[in-house]
Formats: sequence, structure tokens, C-alpha cells
Amino acid sequence: MSLLKSFFLLIGLMICTLSGPSFAQSDPEALRPLINGLAEGKYAETEKQIGALVATGDPAVAPALEALGEGDLYARKSDGAVFIAKKAGKGYALTDPLTLEPAGEAGRREVSKIKVNNKLRRVLRSALGSLTLMAADPQVRMTAAEAIFKARDPEGIEALDAALAAETDDGVRKVMEEARAAAVLNSDLDDARKLEAIETLSVMGNRDALSLLIGVQSSAGGAVRDAATQAVTKIQKSIAAWDAAQNIWYGLSLGSVLLLAAIGLAITFGVMGVINMAHGEMVMIGAYVTFVVQELIRTSAPGLFDYSLLIALPLAFLTSGLIGVAIERGVIRWLYGRPLETLLATWGISLILQQAVRSIFGPTNREVGNPDWMSGAFELGQMTITYNRMWIIVFAMLVFAGLMLVLKKTPFGLYTRAVTQNRRMAASMGIRTPWVDAMTFGLGSGIAGIAGVALSQIDNVSPNLGQGYIIDSFMVVVFGGVGNLWGTLVGAMTLGIVNKFLEPYAGAVLGKIFVLVIIILFIQKRPRGLFALKGRAVEA
Amino acid sequence: MKKTFTKLALTGLLASTIIGGASAQEDTIKVGILHSLSGTMAISETTLKDAMLMLIEEQNKKGGLLGKQLEAVVVDPASDWPLFAEKARELIEVNGVDAVFGCWTSVSRKSVLPVFEELNSILFYPVQYEGEESQRNVFYTGAAPNQQAIPAVDYLMNEEGVERWVLAGTDYVYPRTTNKILEAYLKSKGVAEEDIMINYTPFGHSDWQTIVSDIKTFGSAGKKTAVVSTINGDANVPFYKELGNAGIKAEDIPVVAFSVGEEELAGLDTAPLVGHLAAWNYFQSADTDANAEFIETWQAYVGDDNRVTNDPMEAHFIGFNMWVEAVEKAGTTDPDAVIDAIVGVSVPNLTGGYSAMMPNHHITKPVLIGEIQDDGQFETVWETSGLVVGDAWSDYLDGSKDLISDWRAPLSCGNFNTATGKCGGSGS
Repeated sequence: MSLLKSFFLLIGLMICTLSGPSFAQSDPEALRPLINGLAEGKYAETEKQIGALVATGDPAVAPALEALGEGDLYARKSDGAVFIAKKAGKGYALTDPLTLEPAGEAGRREVSKIKVNNKLRRVLRSALGSLTLMAADPQVRMTAAEAIFKARDPEGIEALDAALAAETDDGVRKVMEEARAAAVLNSDLDDARKLEAIETLSVMGNRDALSLLIGVQSSAGGAVRDAATQAVTKIQKSIAAWDAAQNIWYGLSLGSVLLLAAIGLAITFGVMGVINMAHGEMVMIGAYVTFVVQELIRTSAPGLFDYSLLIALPLAFLTSGLIGVAIERGVIRWLYGRPLETLLATWGISLILQQAVRSIFGPTNREVGNPDWMSGAFELGQMTITYNRMWIIVFAMLVFAGLMLVLKKTPFGLYTRAVTQNRRMAASMGIRTPWVDAMTFGLGSGIAGIAGVALSQIDNVSPNLGQGYIIDSFMVVVFGGVGNLWGTLVGAMTLGIVNKFLEPYAGAVLGKIFVLVIIILFIQKRPRGLFALKGRAVEA
Repeated sequence: MKKTFTKLALTGLLASTIIGGASAQEDTIKVGILHSLSGTMAISETTLKDAMLMLIEEQNKKGGLLGKQLEAVVVDPASDWPLFAEKARELIEVNGVDAVFGCWTSVSRKSVLPVFEELNSILFYPVQYEGEESQRNVFYTGAAPNQQAIPAVDYLMNEEGVERWVLAGTDYVYPRTTNKILEAYLKSKGVAEEDIMINYTPFGHSDWQTIVSDIKTFGSAGKKTAVVSTINGDANVPFYKELGNAGIKAEDIPVVAFSVGEEELAGLDTAPLVGHLAAWNYFQSADTDANAEFIETWQAYVGDDNRVTNDPMEAHFIGFNMWVEAVEKAGTTDPDAVIDAIVGVSVPNLTGGYSAMMPNHHITKPVLIGEIQDDGQFETVWETSGLVVGDAWSDYLDGSKDLISDWRAPLSCGNFNTATGKCGGSGS
């Protein structure tokens, strides 16, 4: 083993020595004409030029290529010189692409961007992959190997072999081996090596591997084809199992969104019995509070951006809560016991709030950014779990637990339960029922507000945000059982999962209709929902 | 609403007093603006109302039309399709407007068609649509499918080498018809049935997890895959957010959209979306003097340096200038005279060329394919070498293959069947 290792090391060394002359070229002025050539002509010419740059094998060209991929490479119009340019004020700050030293500034009209399209980005990705395979940072090497995997370029095999020989990190080595396997399958090497490659990919076992193997299955013949077919069946089987897990996860995620939207309503409608059509607008206001908080942070304290959601939470709760109290004191308290009038009045309020937001913030979507910890995804087996969905599930559970705690363990919760169970008795005991009404309505609205903070991460922040959730919220509360928070939780999760299991078969449109039909049938059977309240309180 | 009218009436009265004597009706030419200012579609249509007001103001600065000042009459159909018909009737009968600029969704256009036919007025419709229609009183300044969808698919097929297609859309008439045309087109190009996946979602769909993962699965079959999106308005933001988070990169599975413009991207962080595509006839990034001037006037008009411009705004710009030119050519605002005069009128567009009104009431436009950039703008990566004539009746659908439209004198027919030689063949 160690003999083999030293052998590879030797080869690696030899390659290094052989490519010595090209490294000596690191004199930036020799590369400059090639770099400046990137700005000449259209995509096809740029592509050729990238090829020429890669052929030098000089890592010094990597920063320029990287900048090109990110759209930061500009050509000066006066002399055609190419620079890495970053926006600075009205113009651009220029950096020399080879020496990486600052090279002055340029106005907006003095430089023109070197255009790239998807095809060029793909070329760049694999080019950078082969240039940075030997980089010092393991993360960079990992990205390089992944790039080669995607490119499946047989010419990468040599570079990969050299890199594998020198690789010390096990994680990176694994990815490199997979990349090598992908390249081997795309090459015209002999069957024995292809079979080895299929074995590697079969162990890898994810969708990327599957995609490659299906390609082999249809193009190759003989033993390779059989091996590929076997591997494909194996991977498909394991992916099918993961798919079911993924569906449950999606269902939980949709359920948590429904729970967040409905839980405030579960208090105002479920506990207090007020049909509040303006509930969705409370959610919308919470989302706009998030927007305002982020705007303020962007202009005055950009460092706090990652905490913007945490800062927005109490503010959204207070804003929506206060508006809720105002609505209760101003309108709803005159209408207790008259559900139809309440419905119409709150519907009117919802229109007023929508139009007010439209007048203040404009009718177009507002951008609410995702903090770093809310963006991206990670892989769990063959499942992709996005961070924003995961945090929303966690957040929904926390809100639910918090609300339970408030209702069961605090004096205010006790008053609320007393008033909803028997208003007159509670009043006789000295509870100020109007105050409790206002606070309970404020609590429900405030919870809707913090739901808005979470929903701003996955949905449009526009005046119409709330409308999309109002029907679903009522559905969840009615299905779960009016007056019971546990019912809302179970109801939301059930509807989420049922919806997600129906969707792949029935499509999104029909899926939604089926869910509605199921609910109608269910309500026929159990008019009071999943968790019906029992006892005298029901009749009150 | 009433308030607006009172205000307008007051302004009109004031103007007439200043000019002296004559009644307001004779001094101004009225232009109707029929765009939703509240409800679901307000998000897109309010901008168009503002754009129209700006165009009218600019025209008045230049001295008006036929020596008279133009006066805008704004109504709010509130994203309510039947209300569009009522408001259109109100504009024409009560306010006596000479032309109407308005509508966004196809269903709102279909709702006002009979009104414009009955009262013989003129409508300029600025949005890309599914085609399969040509009406004497309507001028379609947005793109027909052959000016947007077909070139976009060609681009993906030739430049990106796409072999497998996901056609994803919102569930209503525009995506359904467009996808029907595209499916027929793709099959005519030899794409197999199993390489096309069609998916519809409800308006305002917000949970895209299943569909995005389906797209990922569909894309891992060893062939280059692309998504052709006719997803409308609101639903786009969560869709793109999910795409970005799920790590679907444009280099691997590009998404080309027909309803996503600068305005829709304004609500999004576009960094993870760089390279995804859109097909339009105009991008704000078009590097021409006419466009720079238009953007400057627009941003000054709304008083916001960050407001973007988009394709339907350019369509209104073209449509309005065509109408102005046709009225000047005819010397009157009489609808019949204008309808006759406008065919053949050619005005500058904002991408550095000229757009002409064709006899089928569609216009000629360049087709641009743009890639989303990290600043929320599009960068043109491909464009047709010349202008493309809008085709009212698709050549790829059985019902409309043989139909042509020509509103000039001898034929004067919106759906002439060349196979039977009769006006009024099949079609809607």
C-alpha cells in the first residue's frame, strides 16, 4: 500500500516537474494577452479563450476565471484591458486579475461587463475544477471535485489521479473518486475500469449517480450495461423509500405553515368564537414589520442582518397585537353574538388594511431577505432538507408550546379560559371580561403577526399575503375542532401530510380539491371536528 | 372611485376656465385606463396605470394631440373580471373616451371584448398572451406565443442542448394554451412523450416543495432538462425561493419564464437565481438611448430611483405612440378611422428598432432571451436577428393552423380559414 502511495507521489512529483515551465510562466505579463482576449468577441470566442487559459495550467488564472463566472470581470473600453471590478459608489473599483492588486477606479460607462451565459458558466465550472484540485483549502478542493463530477470530462481523469494521490482528507477523497468514476464512464477506457466506476457510483447511490447510470444504461453494451442496470434498480429502490420519508417531511413542513397561520385564529375564532376575516391581514402586517425592520437594519446597522428576524418577532407581535386590540375595542365588541355582522365587519376591515398597506408600501412585492442561517439546504440520506423549512417547523412548535404555556400556566390564561367557558360566572368572580376579551383578541392577532415574520421567509410580502392563508386557516381550525389548540396542531399536520401525499398523484390543483372534499365528508361525520369540546361549555 | 371622478371633473372644469369659455368635452381628448388598482392583480397593473399617466403627461408637454390636450380617465376594475366589462362600458358610454389602454389577464380581456365590439371603441392590450384571437377593436401590443414561447424553446434546444422539458404553469387559460402549443411544437421537433412533463398549480400557490423535488427527479434521467415556466405573478416568488434553496442551479436545470420580469424580481434576492432565463421583447437593461431616456422619465415621474421598467410598460409605450400617430394620420379620434389608419403605422420601440402594427392587429417585435443577474436585472444573452411578426393563430394547433387574420378592407376578418376560404372558421 505504502509502496503504491509513494509511487503515485512520484508520479505527482513528475507531473509537477514536467509542468514546471508553465508554472514559471507566472510572470503575469505573459498571461495578460490571454486574459485580455476574454473580452474579445462573443460567447464562442470567450469559450475558446477560456480553453487557452486552462491549457496554461497556471493557477494564477483562476481568480480571473472565477470573477468571470460571477460576472465581475469587466473590460475597459479605452484600451481593452480586463479587470475584476466591484461596485463602489457610482462606479467600479478595479483589481488587476493577475496580481490581484488594486488598479484604480472607473466610471459606470467606462467599462463594459464581459457577458457569460449558462454554457460558459458550465465551462468555467469545470475549468476551475481542474485548476483548483490541488488548492490548499479542502473546501475548495471539494468544490473542484464536485465541478468535475458534473462536467464528466474524461480529460479530468489525469488531474484527478494526481490529486487523489496527494489527497489527505477522506471526505474530499471520496468526492474525487466519485468524480473520477463519472469521468471514466464518459471516457473510452476499457470495461473493467468502467465496471469499477459503476461500483463506486452504486455506493454513492444518489440522484446524480442515478442520472449518470441511466445515461450509461442507454449508451453502453454488454457487461457494463448489465452492471449499470443492476445499479440503477438498486438506487431506485433506495430512493423510493427515501421519497416516502421526504413526503412526510414536506407534509410536516406544509403542516407547520398551516399551524402558524391558523394558531392565532384558533384563539380568536376557536376560543372566543369571533369569525375574524381580517386574520390574514394580521399575518400580512407581521410580514411587513419584518420588511421595515430589515430596511432599517440595511441602512443603519448591516451587521445585525442575521438577527433581523429575531428583532422583528417582538415588534411584529406588538404591532399586530395592538391593531388587534384596536379592532376589538373599536368594532368587534359591539358585535358579540352576531356572527354574520362580525363576518361582514371584519371582512371590511381586511379590505381597509390591505388597501392601507398598498397605499403606504406600494402594490408590488417587497423584498425580505433570508438570513444566512435560513438559506440553503443540507442532505439527509437522499432527502434534501432546506433550512428555512426546518426552522419554520421548529418555530411553529415553539409558538405552539409557548401559547399552551400562556393559556394553561398564567393568570391571564386562566381568566381567558374562565371567560370563554362561562362569561357571566367569570364576571361575578370579579374578572373584567371586556379587558380579557381585548387582550385575548390581541394575543390571537399578535400570534398571527409573528406567523407573518416566518411566512415572509417563504412567501411574497405583498398586500395579498393574508388572503392566501385565511381559507386554509379556517379549514384547519374547523377540522381540528373549534376551541381546542391540540386539535389545531393535529389538524394542521394531518392536512399537510394528506395534501403532500395526494399531490404527486393528483397534482396540486386536484390535490387541494380532494383535501376539501375529505374535510367536507369528515365534518358531516363529526360536526365538531377532530377534538370536540364536551360538557356544558359547548352550549354556552 | 367617485372621488377620482369628481377630481377629474374639477380639473377638467378648471382647465376649461383657464383656457376660456369652451366646454371641457371639446377641449380634451379622453383616454381610458382600465387597470386593476386593488385586488390580486394590482401588483402588476398599478404600474401600468402609472406608466400610462406618464405617457399622457409627456404627450401633453409636447403639445397634446390634434391641438387638444389629452385627459386620462382612470377606473379601478378591482381584479374582478365581470367588473372589467362594466367599467369598460362606463369609460366608453359615460366618460366618452376615445381609446382604452388596459387589461392584464386573458380572462379580463375576454370579458371586455363584447363591450368594445358593441360600442365600437378601441382597446390596447399590453401583455403577452396565448394568441388564438384577433378582434377588430383590439390591438395586441404584447407578445403572441410565436414572439416569446417558441423562440425561447428554440434557444434552449439549440444553445443549451435541452432534451427533456418540464412545462410548469398556473392553472388558467394562458398557460394551458401556451403549453398546448409548446407540446405540439416540441413533438414536431421529435421530442418524445415521456420527455415532457406538464404540471399545473393553482393561483398564488406557495408550497413548491413537492414540485421542485419532482423537477429534480425528472431532471436526473441522464438528459439535459429545462423548465418552461408560465407560472403567473404572485406564485413566482415562493417558487424561485424554493429553487434557490433546493440548490437547483441554472447551469444544471435552467428555468425559462414568460411571466417573470423586472417587477416580479423586485421582491426577491436574485443571487441564487443567476442564470435562470426569461423571454421578453424588452428588458430594462436594453442599452439604447431611447430606453435610457424612458427609464429616466419614469423614475422621475414616480419619484423613485429604484423603480424598474418592464415589458408590458414598453408595450403601452409602443401602443400609445401608435395610437397618437394613427390619430394624427386620420386627423380624428373616430374609432373606425383610427382602426383603418393604424395598420402599417410604425413607431420606435425601446430596444433600438421600430415596431409596426400588422393587419392582424398584432405588432412586430424583437425577441430577447435574458439571464437573471444578481442585481435583479436581466442580461440579454440572445436575440432574434430581426423583428418577429405576431401570429394571432398558432401554426402548431390543429384548430388554428389554417386561420389567418387581416383587418384590411377587402378581407376584414379576424379568423379567415384558408382551407375553406371562408371567414369565421373554427377558433374562439
